[in-house]
Amino acid sequence: MKISLIARKEPTVKVALPVYGARVPAGFPSPADDYIEDWLDLNEHLIKHPSATFFARASGSSMVNAGILDKALLIVDRSLTPQHEDVVIATVNGELTCKILDKKARLLRAANLSYPPIQIHDDIECVVVGVVVHVVNTLCTHS
Amino acid sequence: MCGGWCGGACGQHLMYALVDCNTFYASCETIFRPDLVGKPVVVLSNNDGCIIARNAEAKALHIPDLVPFFQVKQLIQQSGCHVFSSNYELYGDISARVMRLLETVAMEMEVYSIDEAFLRVDKHNCQALGKQIKDMLLQQVGMPVCVGIAPTKTLAKLANRAAKKIKKFKGVCVLDSPERWQWLLQRISPKDIWGVGSRITERLQHLGINTALELAQANPKILRQQFSVVLERTIRELNGEPCLDLELEPQPRKEIICTRSFSYKITELHELQQAISLYAARAGEKLRQQNGLTAQIWVYLEAFDPAVGHYYRQRVVKLPHHSNDTRLFASSAVEAIVPLYRAGIRYKKCGIGLLDIRTRKYEQQDMFTQQQSTQSRTLMTVLDKINQRYGKHTMMLANTGINPKWSMKREFMSPRYTTRWTDIVRVSC
Repeated sequence: MKISLIARKEPTVKVALPVYGARVPAGFPSPADDYIEDWLDLNEHLIKHPSATFFARASGSSMVNAGILDKALLIVDRSLTPQHEDVVIATVNGELTCKILDKKARLLRAANLSYPPIQIHDDIECVVVGVVVHVVNTLCTHS
Repeated sequence: MCGGWCGGACGQHLMYALVDCNTFYASCETIFRPDLVGKPVVVLSNNDGCIIARNAEAKALHIPDLVPFFQVKQLIQQSGCHVFSSNYELYGDISARVMRLLETVAMEMEVYSIDEAFLRVDKHNCQALGKQIKDMLLQQVGMPVCVGIAPTKTLAKLANRAAKKIKKFKGVCVLDSPERWQWLLQRISPKDIWGVGSRITERLQHLGINTALELAQANPKILRQQFSVVLERTIRELNGEPCLDLELEPQPRKEIICTRSFSYKITELHELQQAISLYAARAGEKLRQQNGLTAQIWVYLEAFDPAVGHYYRQRVVKLPHHSNDTRLFASSAVEAIVPLYRAGIRYKKCGIGLLDIRTRKYEQQDMFTQQQSTQSRTLMTVLDKINQRYGKHTMMLANTGINPKWSMKREFMSPRYTTRWTDIVRVSC
C-alpha cells in the first residue's frame, strides 16, 4: 500500500505580546505611545469558530510525520466539512482517533509507516467528528 | 401587504421556534465518550442524591426519574447503566456553545433554560430552517435537539413536544396552519399544554373540557372570569394569536437565594460559617451581575435529625446601608447564624438570601445616611474581574475555607473536558 506523507506542519508557539508597549512614569512621553496597537490574541489566530472548536490531547506516535507529536495539543473544528487528506478526529468502534482522511481510498491513514491504515467499510462504525486545524507541540518543558 | 421586506417588523412573517436539547445532561456526557453512544446513561443531582436525567436507553430499562440514587443503585449496576455526577462546568459550557450558535440563525432569541431557547424566525422555509438548526447543533457541538416552530410560543412548545414524541417528524415539527395544530390538540390533554397544570385540568374536566382542542375552542372571556388571564392568553395562543412575546432581557430579580445541601451532615459552627460565607460570596456575585444593591439579608439553617426531628431556624438581618459588598454580606451572615445554631445537631443545609434588591441607578443620594464607600465598590469590581478572567474562586474570602470537606459530593464526575487543561479529551494517535 502506498502511503504518502503530508508536509510537516510548523509548530505553533503560544505567546501573547503587546506590539508596542512603552510606559515612562515621568519625563518625556514615549514616541511609540501613539503606535500602540492591540495585543496579539492567539485565540483569534487559531480559533475561527469558537462555539464549534474543542481541544484534544494526542496520545501516541502514529501521526508524527504530520507534525503531531505524542502529547500535542490539537485544535479541532467541528464546523468544517472534512476534505480529502484532512487530518481529522474520528470515532472508530467507539474510540476517538486522529488520522488522515483518505476519501478516495476510503481509509484513515496514519502519518507513520509503522501504523497500518484503517479501512472504512460497513463492518466498522466510523464517524468523522471534526477537522484538526492546528497542532501545538510543546518544545520546551522547563518554561 | 408588505411583501416581506419588513424584516419582521410587520409581525406577519414571524414564527416562534423552540429548540430543546434531547436529554441534555445525559447527551453532554456522551459528546466526548463515543463509546457510550447507544448505551444507557443517567445523571445524578447535587451530592449524588437523585436521578435527574436519563437518556432514551436508560428510560427503556425502566430506570425511574427523580428517585434517590441509593434506592435504584442495584438495578443500575445490574443493568450496566453508566452513572455520572452533575458536571455543571461541562453542561454550562456546552449550553453556551448551543446558545451562541442559535444566535447566528435567529432574528431574536430568549434563552429559556440551560437547554431550551425560543427563537424569532421568518415564516418562510421553516421546515428547512428547523432541519438546519438540528443538523448544525449535532455536527458542531454534538448535541441532539428537537425543533418546534409555530406562530405562538405555546404552539411552539406543542410543536416541540410532537417533534420529540412522533418519530416521523424526525425531530422537526412545523405547525403553520390551524388544521395541523388542531390535529395534535385533539389527541392530548389540557395538562400537556404549556402553563396548564393538573389542577386546572381537573377543574376544566368539570366544565366538560377534556382535550386540548376543546380548551382551544372554549370562550376565552368566560374562562378568564373562572380561572385567570393566564388561561385566557393560553387559549388565544392555542388559536395562533401571539400573546406572549420573547423575554429578551432577563428581568432583574428582586431576591437572590443561594443554598445547597452539604455532602455530609455538619455539626460544627465554624464549618457552617464557612459554608454560609461561600454562599454569600456567590449571591454577591449574582447581585453585582444585575447591578443591584441590598440592605437586607436572610439566613437559614436546616437539619433532619432523629433526635430533634425537623430543625429549621431562620432570620432576617438589616445591613447598615445598601451595598453590593461580598465582605459585608459574609460577615453579617456569619454573625447572624450564631444564634440559630444549636450544638449537637447534624445540619443538612444552610442558605442565604439577598432581599429587597434595588437597581443601582435608582439609588437615593442622601448626605445624612451612610453609604457604601467608593473603595468597597471598586474592590468588588476588581474581585469580579479577576474571577471572570482567571476562573471562579481565584480570589475569595479566606473564611470560606480552602477545599472545605463539606463541599458537594460528586463521586462519579466525568472530566471537565472543555474548562480544564488537565481534563481535555485524549485521542489515540
